[in-house]
Amino acid sequence: MSTQILLLASEEAGLPIIPTLTEVIVGLVAFSLLFIVMKSKVVPRFEKAFADRTDAIQGGMERAEQAQAEAAAALKSYQDQLSDARGEAQKLREEARAQGAAIIEEMRTKAQEEANRITAAARASIEAERQQAVTSLMQEVGTIATNLASKIVGEALDDQVRQSRVVDRFLADLEGSK
Amino acid sequence: MNASILLASGGFVSPGSHDFVFKPVFGTSILFTKPVFQAILAAILVAVFFLISSKKAAVVPSRAQFFGESVYSFVKKDLGEDIIGHEFMKFVPFLFTLFTFIIVNNIFGIVPFMQFPTMSRFGFPVALMIFTYVIYHYVGIRKHGLGKYLKDIAFVPGVPKWIYVILTPLEIATYFIIRPFTLAIRLFANMFAGHLLLLVFIMGGDYMLHNSMVLKIMSPLSFGFGIGLTFFEFFIECLQAYIFTLLTALYIAGAIADEH
Repeated sequence: MSTQILLLASEEAGLPIIPTLTEVIVGLVAFSLLFIVMKSKVVPRFEKAFADRTDAIQGGMERAEQAQAEAAAALKSYQDQLSDARGEAQKLREEARAQGAAIIEEMRTKAQEEANRITAAARASIEAERQQAVTSLMQEVGTIATNLASKIVGEALDDQVRQSRVVDRFLADLEGSK
Repeated sequence: MNASILLASGGFVSPGSHDFVFKPVFGTSILFTKPVFQAILAAILVAVFFLISSKKAAVVPSRAQFFGESVYSFVKKDLGEDIIGHEFMKFVPFLFTLFTFIIVNNIFGIVPFMQFPTMSRFGFPVALMIFTYVIYHYVGIRKHGLGKYLKDIAFVPGVPKWIYVILTPLEIATYFIIRPFTLAIRLFANMFAGHLLLLVFIMGGDYMLHNSMVLKIMSPLSFGFGIGLTFFEFFIECLQAYIFTLLTALYIAGAIADEH
């Protein structure tokens, strides 16, 4: 006990700049053990976390880029489809217009033909009626004229031959005066 | 012990180197003193904290993991990569251990009920200095070979021949004596002086509080200074941990550099 007190007393008197061997050894050992823990466990774990994080961020960015590329491709395809559809619609309109024009032309031709036909038929029928009228008129005129003539002349024109001759002469005069 | 001296003499005993000597916590062995326990506790605390905070190593970090990673990244980037260069990764575990171990031991200086910076016992900075010393010479020799490494140190290229008469002993002294000595002393002396400063104001305040009325009124001023200086000490404690690690990184960088 007394030596211990002496030791303490001597330490107290000693310069603080003189290192105690115990403390150096404890410092060396404690630090070494801590170093082993840090090197074998802590540093690799932190490095792993950093690496994982880098991967996660880079992976995320790559995925985002891919998604962007996909979206751009989709947009392009839609635009292509849209322009195709526009072209198609344009073409259809042109065709419809052409078809419409053709139909109108056809109808017009048909109508013209029909009109011509009707006109021709009317003309023919008028001609026929006229012919008929002329014929019947001729006969009627002949009868009337004969009756008149017989009344005037007082002479029966019963004789068919004679009557016919008179009528022909009359008609010839009639035509000649026309 | 101080209290007994104080009581016995009745006068103010100014804090001094005797305040840095501790009786054994139990038994008579000088192995079990407060600073020794603190050094061991610091190693355990640092190891446990970083083991827990790095346990999951998740992509999305928890708060503890984020803090642990921040400290690790700071050492890796600012002290490793920026100073040592492309070979830095080998030294990151050492620098990281050094920084965390020193800063925790330093901050013990202001932790209530501990209030003693472990590094103000010269043995601990010496132990850390031994690691730095061995490592930077070792990597230098392994990289350049013993002959070339010593020649690079002793004969700095690009100076007139006669300068070597002065420069060679200086360079040798720098690399083998001055650097390790100043490295350990810087940390030790900062912690020692800081602790002494806090003792002066806080023990002074305590002394005044138990004295005449005039001194009693003055004592809060002393305590106030002590509290203010505690914040200042916190800054110094972090700074010194940084400087020790920074200089270690610089020495390693110098040893493995292609040109000295």
